[in-house]
Amino acid sequence: MQRRHVVQYGAAGVGAVALMLGVGWWRVDGPGAPKPAGKRPLRLSAMDFRLTDHEGNEVGPETLIGRPTMVFFGFTYCPDVCPTTLSDISGWLEDLGDEAARMNVVFITVDPERDTVEAMAEYVGYFHPAIRGWTGPANQVARAAEGFRASYERVPTEGGDYTMNHTASVFLFDAKGELVTMIDYHEPREFAVPKIRRALSEDVEGAT
Amino acid sequence: MTKLTYINGLPLVLLLSGMSTPAFAGSEDVVVENAWSRASIGINRPGAAYMTVRNTGEDTITLTGLTTPLAVMPQIHETKTNADGVSSMAPADEITIEPGQSVALEPGGLHAMLMKLQNPMIEGETFPLTLTFSDGGEVTVEVPILGIAARGPES
Repeated sequence: MQRRHVVQYGAAGVGAVALMLGVGWWRVDGPGAPKPAGKRPLRLSAMDFRLTDHEGNEVGPETLIGRPTMVFFGFTYCPDVCPTTLSDISGWLEDLGDEAARMNVVFITVDPERDTVEAMAEYVGYFHPAIRGWTGPANQVARAAEGFRASYERVPTEGGDYTMNHTASVFLFDAKGELVTMIDYHEPREFAVPKIRRALSEDVEGAT
Repeated sequence: MTKLTYINGLPLVLLLSGMSTPAFAGSEDVVVENAWSRASIGINRPGAAYMTVRNTGEDTITLTGLTTPLAVMPQIHETKTNADGVSSMAPADEITIEPGQSVALEPGGLHAMLMKLQNPMIEGETFPLTLTFSDGGEVTVEVPILGIAARGPES
């Protein structure tokens, strides 16, 4: 089959078509496929929320535009998923080495009641230094989650405390603030790191 | 010229495998391997511990609960992530392990959730965790406490 195409269009044409099909498959049906419409996060420039980072700086979606960005939602009272995601992210950043310094990496709490600026500062301090922790008033956290199409819900636990169900995916944006892709919870490093490199490379393409 | 090949990783592997000593259940034929946990910040946040529970015996065993002096309410919980990418956590049902099989308590799945910590979990220390089984048998394992950012028993 390949040979007949070679005869008809020449090797270069086949190569280009195969590349386009490959790229198309990756983005539409493959691992790079976006979530169904409606669930897709907005571009950062279309979001509107005001939060405070773990060093007390006022931040918002515009803070992130200009550099590739990785965002995920969680809470510091989370015993399993959040430290795991933060250590996964720390590992990806270690793999990226110096390139990681070109990225924004933001952990937004879905539990602002317990996650004060101080709590976020202490917590993120245990992970990769590139990771920033954002918190703020409940209504602003809700607006942020809405922009990213992330969901969260407070669930009471037996001991009278509560835990949070929340979107555990990691969102990747390019330097212009366009969504590049998402990394699912616990996605293996061999898939996650190339996705991050893609967000970084779209940054380079955008700059040229 | 020497033909001796030095395998760099080997001493490390040996060192690490020596760190977590399997706990044997006497007549219960339960082996708990690779237990680990993450350090906590203070005592307000719940902790989590992970391990592999292996049934080396001839009979099916059922893990029914946990006890530890470290936490008032230790429970086996399970994290599930749905098709929308939303993670939730709930107490797990009883865990049945067939002969020759094992169950992994690992990040993002089953884990020993340590609620109402009595003491902070400090990196480098260990704590005893007792697994109770439906036949009344118990297995106690010393769980090493690793860093908050630990990813597995060897990091």
